[in-house]
Amino acid sequence: MKQFKGRVITAGTVKAPALVTHEGFNTLASFQKALQFGDKKVRVSDQNNSELYGKSMLGKALCLPQTIGSTTGGLVLYCACAMQRNPACLLFANSIDSLAAAGAILADVWIDNVNMPVIDQLGEEFLNYVKDDMMIEIKEDGIVEVSE
Amino acid sequence: MLLTAEQQAILDGSKGETMAKVMKTLVLYGQAFNAEKLVPITSKYNHLVTSFGLGVLKPVYDLMDQLIAAGAVSGQKFTADPRPMDKNVPSSFLQKLVFDLFMYNKQDFYEEQLCKLGLLKRDAFTCACYLDQVGNKPNKGEVLSWSESSAVVYANSVLAARCNRNSGIIDLMGSIVGYVPYFGLLTDEGRKAQWIIKVETTSLPQPQLLGSAVGMKVMEDVPYIYGLDKWLGSDLNDKACTYLKDFGAACASNGAVGLYHINNLTLEAKEQKESLINENAKVYVIDDAELQRVYDSYPVIWKDKDAEPKLCFMGCPHMSLQQLKDWTDRVEESLKRNGQSKVTIPTVFTSAPAVIEQFKKTDYYARFEKTGIILSYICPLMYMNNPLCAKMPVITSSNKLRTYTTARYYTDDEILQKITEGGK
Repeated sequence: MKQFKGRVITAGTVKAPALVTHEGFNTLASFQKALQFGDKKVRVSDQNNSELYGKSMLGKALCLPQTIGSTTGGLVLYCACAMQRNPACLLFANSIDSLAAAGAILADVWIDNVNMPVIDQLGEEFLNYVKDDMMIEIKEDGIVEVSE
Repeated sequence: MLLTAEQQAILDGSKGETMAKVMKTLVLYGQAFNAEKLVPITSKYNHLVTSFGLGVLKPVYDLMDQLIAAGAVSGQKFTADPRPMDKNVPSSFLQKLVFDLFMYNKQDFYEEQLCKLGLLKRDAFTCACYLDQVGNKPNKGEVLSWSESSAVVYANSVLAARCNRNSGIIDLMGSIVGYVPYFGLLTDEGRKAQWIIKVETTSLPQPQLLGSAVGMKVMEDVPYIYGLDKWLGSDLNDKACTYLKDFGAACASNGAVGLYHINNLTLEAKEQKESLINENAKVYVIDDAELQRVYDSYPVIWKDKDAEPKLCFMGCPHMSLQQLKDWTDRVEESLKRNGQSKVTIPTVFTSAPAVIEQFKKTDYYARFEKTGIILSYICPLMYMNNPLCAKMPVITSSNKLRTYTTARYYTDDEILQKITEGGK
C-alpha cells in the first residue's frame, strides 16, 4: 500500500478500483455515449484516448493528469453526477483545470446527495504508480491510499 | 478570497438563496485556483457554450428554471453556440425522427429559457460570435465570462481580451453576479508562455492540423509560436484572423489551450515580445514530418475504412465571410477543372446566421448555390452526435469535429478534391 497526499477540491471518502489515464481526459468526448445514448455502464467513448476507450467509468476512481477539450466539460460532469453516471471520485496528478473544477463544484453546490470526492495535486509519482483495478481509498484531508 | 462588502452580502443571502448559491459556486471555483478576489466583467456581451436542447440535459434545464424563478438572470446579453438542427441539412426520415422526438426534443423549451436569461437576439447562435457581422467582439484587455473553447482562445489570443476557459453554466453564473474569479488567463503571469513552438515546415501548415499538434503537446499551457509570421505576415488581417480562428479551435479541442501567442503577429506578442516567455519554457519543433506523424496518428473509426463519404462538413468553427467567398472560388474552379457542375458528395458549409445573411447579399451567393453546396447555421458537432449519424462516413477538415465525432479528417486540399471529383 502506498499513500499520496493531494489537495481537496470537493470533500468525501470513498473506496473504489482505479481507472487510469496518462493522457488528457476529454470530458465531453468521454461521456457522450453514456449521457446521450443511455450507456448504463458509462463506457468511455473518446476515440482518442487509447487507454480508456470502451472502459466503464461507473464507480471507478478515475486517475488522470487533467481534463481537456470542450468547455461543455463542467456541464457534462455536472449532468453525469445528477444522473448518477459519474466516477466514484476524480484524482488529478496535476492541479485541477477550470472545466473539471467547474463540474465538481457545480455538482457539490447544486445537487443534493452527490458524493464524488475530487482531489488534485497528487503528483506525477501517483500517476506513475497507480494501475487499472488497484484499490483506491480516499481518506480525510486529501490522503489517497493505493493498494495492489 | 477577499470579497467586497457587496459580494459578501450576496454570498450571505442579501439577494436571496439562489443568488447566494451562484456566488458560492463562483467563490469555490476561484478558490480552486487560489484566486484572491473577484473582478468585474467588463465586456459588453457574454457568450455561452450551451445552445442545444438535448433531452438528456434535464439537470441543466432544472438549474436554469431555478435561476429564472429566482430572477437570477444574466446582467449582460449573450450570444450562444450554434443550433443543433437545420432542416436544410440532409438527414433521413429516421434521423429527423431521432432529432425531433428523442435527442433535441427540448430545443424550443431551452431557447425560451435562454431568452429569459438574456439571449441577445433570437438568432444569436454561432460559435464564432466574434466575427464582425455577429458583433460580439470584445476589446483588448476586457474581462469576459465566456465559454466555448474556440471562442475563448480566439478572444484571448487574437483580440487580447482576458477570459479563462470557463465551463458551461459557470459562464452564465459569472454574468449573473457580474464578477469572475481573478486567476489564470486573467492575470499577467497566467498569460506567459510555458512552451516555445518552432514551426519549421516548408509551407503554411493546415491550421487545424498545426493546432492539433500544438494542443496535444502543450495541453493547457500557453504556447509562444515562431515561424508563422513568415506566411501570415505581421498584420491581423482577414486572412490571418481566419487562420488563427481555425488553428485555435484545434488547439483548444485537441488539447486545452486557452491562449497562444504568435511571434510578430498577435497583439501581446507584438507588444511584449519574448518577455512573454517563461524562463524554462520547453521547446517543440514542428516540421513537415512531425505534422505527417500527427496526421497519421488519427484513428479512422468508420466501420468500413474505404467507404464512400456520404457527407462533408466544413465550418467547425463557423466559417467567416471571406472563407465562404474563397471556398466559392475554389470549388467553382475545381468543378470546372474536373468537368463537374455540382459537388459530388453532399456538402454542408456552416456559418453564423448574420454571416450567412451578409453572404447572401454578395455576388458570390448565386455562384455558391450553383455548386450544390448547402449553407447552414447548424453545429455539425451536435448534428453528428447520435448513433445514426455516427455510422455515416462523414469527412471534414475540422479537427474539432474529428475529435468529438466519427468524422474523418482530411486537409482542405484533399476535401476539395473529394467533393469536386467524387469518390474516395
